[in-house]
Amino acid sequence: MNGTSVTNEQQIQAIIDQLKHKPGALLPILHQLQNTFEYIPANAIALIGRALHQTSAEIHGVISFYRHFHTSKDSTHRVEICRAEACQARGARALESHAKKTLGVDYHQSTADRNITLDPVYCLGNCSCGPTIRVGEHIYGRVDTEKFDSIIRQLTTTTVHIQ
Amino acid sequence: MTTVYLPRDTTTLSLEGEQVATKLLAQAASDDIEIQLIRNGSRGMFYLEPLLEVQTNRGRIAFGPVRPEDVASLFAADFCNPTFDTQSVTAHPLYLGLTEEIPYLKNQQRLSFSRAGIIDPTDIDDYIAHRGFIGLAKSLQMNAQEIVDEVKASGLRGRGGAAFPTGIKWQTVLDCPAQQKYIVCNADEGDSGTFADRLLMEADPYSLIEGITIAALAVGANQGFIYLRSEYPQAELILNEAISHAYAGNFLGDNLCGSPFKFDLEVRMGAGAYICGEETSLLESLEGKRGLVRAKPPLPAIEGLFGQPTVVNNVLSFAAVPHIIADGAELYANYGQGRSRGTLPFQIAGNVNQGGLVELAFGTTLNELLDQFAQGTASKRPMHSIQVGGPLGAYLTPAQWDTALDYEEFAAIGAVLGHGGIVIFDDTVDLAEQARFSMEFCVEESCGKCTPCRIGSVRGTEVIDKIRNGENLESNLELLDDLCETMIDMSLCAMGGMTPIPVQSAMKAYRAEQLDPAAKPAEVC
Repeated sequence: MNGTSVTNEQQIQAIIDQLKHKPGALLPILHQLQNTFEYIPANAIALIGRALHQTSAEIHGVISFYRHFHTSKDSTHRVEICRAEACQARGARALESHAKKTLGVDYHQSTADRNITLDPVYCLGNCSCGPTIRVGEHIYGRVDTEKFDSIIRQLTTTTVHIQ
Repeated sequence: MTTVYLPRDTTTLSLEGEQVATKLLAQAASDDIEIQLIRNGSRGMFYLEPLLEVQTNRGRIAFGPVRPEDVASLFAADFCNPTFDTQSVTAHPLYLGLTEEIPYLKNQQRLSFSRAGIIDPTDIDDYIAHRGFIGLAKSLQMNAQEIVDEVKASGLRGRGGAAFPTGIKWQTVLDCPAQQKYIVCNADEGDSGTFADRLLMEADPYSLIEGITIAALAVGANQGFIYLRSEYPQAELILNEAISHAYAGNFLGDNLCGSPFKFDLEVRMGAGAYICGEETSLLESLEGKRGLVRAKPPLPAIEGLFGQPTVVNNVLSFAAVPHIIADGAELYANYGQGRSRGTLPFQIAGNVNQGGLVELAFGTTLNELLDQFAQGTASKRPMHSIQVGGPLGAYLTPAQWDTALDYEEFAAIGAVLGHGGIVIFDDTVDLAEQARFSMEFCVEESCGKCTPCRIGSVRGTEVIDKIRNGENLESNLELLDDLCETMIDMSLCAMGGMTPIPVQSAMKAYRAEQLDPAAKPAEVC
């Protein structure tokens, strides 16, 4: 075992120890792990199981039930497009096909440069100002194809430093 | 020093609200103008967000919708000069006059949302200054049965959509002799077209905290959870801030408000599963499990969270309670009609010119609501169909829009009032495609426990595809109806049991238009 994974394991264990005494501790633990690592590390599953007296299959079963939890870091940015009715009424279907076409991916896929993962989401509660998308913790309203392109441009250019 | 307000709710932030705030502060600093910027909640007039308000001696005046590039012109018009009614201010194209006089707001009957957009959402003193915690103080002087009786007398019914009488649910929990009882707030507002819970949590979180605490006193619970959907990161932030202030102010925790009572409250995040808005699935999720629906009985009121008696209510049900206790059940019950008492925040969404939250007493017709508030579609095309009550609600065609917004009146036409979400579609809508989406949504969100829901929804999309392709039309239509009946009769919860409502209503309207194209509202050429 190399040094990095030991550190990672200690960090995971610290999160588990901090939360395992809560009633119904599993979701809080998974959220905290994902907030820390951006996904649920594979080696966390057995550790959680041990702490909560559950099997790895049970832990995995819970992770896979919820759309919000991910077991790998697919890309730098997660872009979620609302597919629900209020956004459909404002052109979400056209937006999703535009997004898939310009990014060259389908839902649940990542761009070849591993910069953007495209996911569907069902309602972000911004239903008077759709179509709505979410990028990380930020929610954007009235996203037409032009605005979508400009948001994507920002995501693809943030790492470029001039000078 | 002038006080100005700009919301920090999700909708405002989704429309560059943060950039507007940054520009306001930067320009005020560079022009040497002293302003105090308060980040309030939204007033609910989402078509005007970001809505900037300025405190004047006549009340607040509003400007909106403000984009970052408008900030310079607002300063040029001297918008935050206390003698605001100068020509330069009133002539500004974004000037809206006194906020309270804007008809969209003025024509509402706000009870639960009376503080929304007025106060700083996490400033507990501001909440108290606006009649906050009066209901809680009064409840501490009452015994548990008296609180439950007051809620019963108000006629309040569950605002999550099922409309079960809140007082009766509380009575059941109160009557259980258990040592440990729980309060669970269902803030998993997953219905498309609804945002009232979010708006309330982001604009007036203490009213929710107060309502939940009163429920705890009423049934004898000492632990509460707010189960909040992960799609609401801003509400999470604001709720957690408010809860920590409430602890600091002794409105939560041991000996709350100096009484012998103890009540702890915690926000628990959902994880992107629509089904967890169903109360038994929510409880499973809170227990750290997959969100599989439970069979009822036992009722959650008797065997709920961790097998203990549990009150599970929607955000808006709890938020109505402080008013009911503070001002009396009778005042609340005076609003509304029939068995639908009090007010409901209608959420006007989808393809709409003036979208937002409109709190009114039950009884207004859908048409009146549209005429008075919606002001047509955003696309300027004719309104064609309206889905009321979320993704499990019926698509209504114009002939049905004269129905009064009331639980029973909607049920009588096979529709659902639900959580009050109103999603407007223009005449470009393809209702067969919408019907297919309802089935697809069920495929995506079914917890998988009941076969008709899990498999039936998949078969539903296939049959609708065949119908849309004109394959064996009559027999496939019959098959779809048969499938829908099976889902209705054989599913444990509303996911499978109600998905047929949008499917069948949309297909019926679609077929009517196919058989009689003239029935479709006039096309805009």
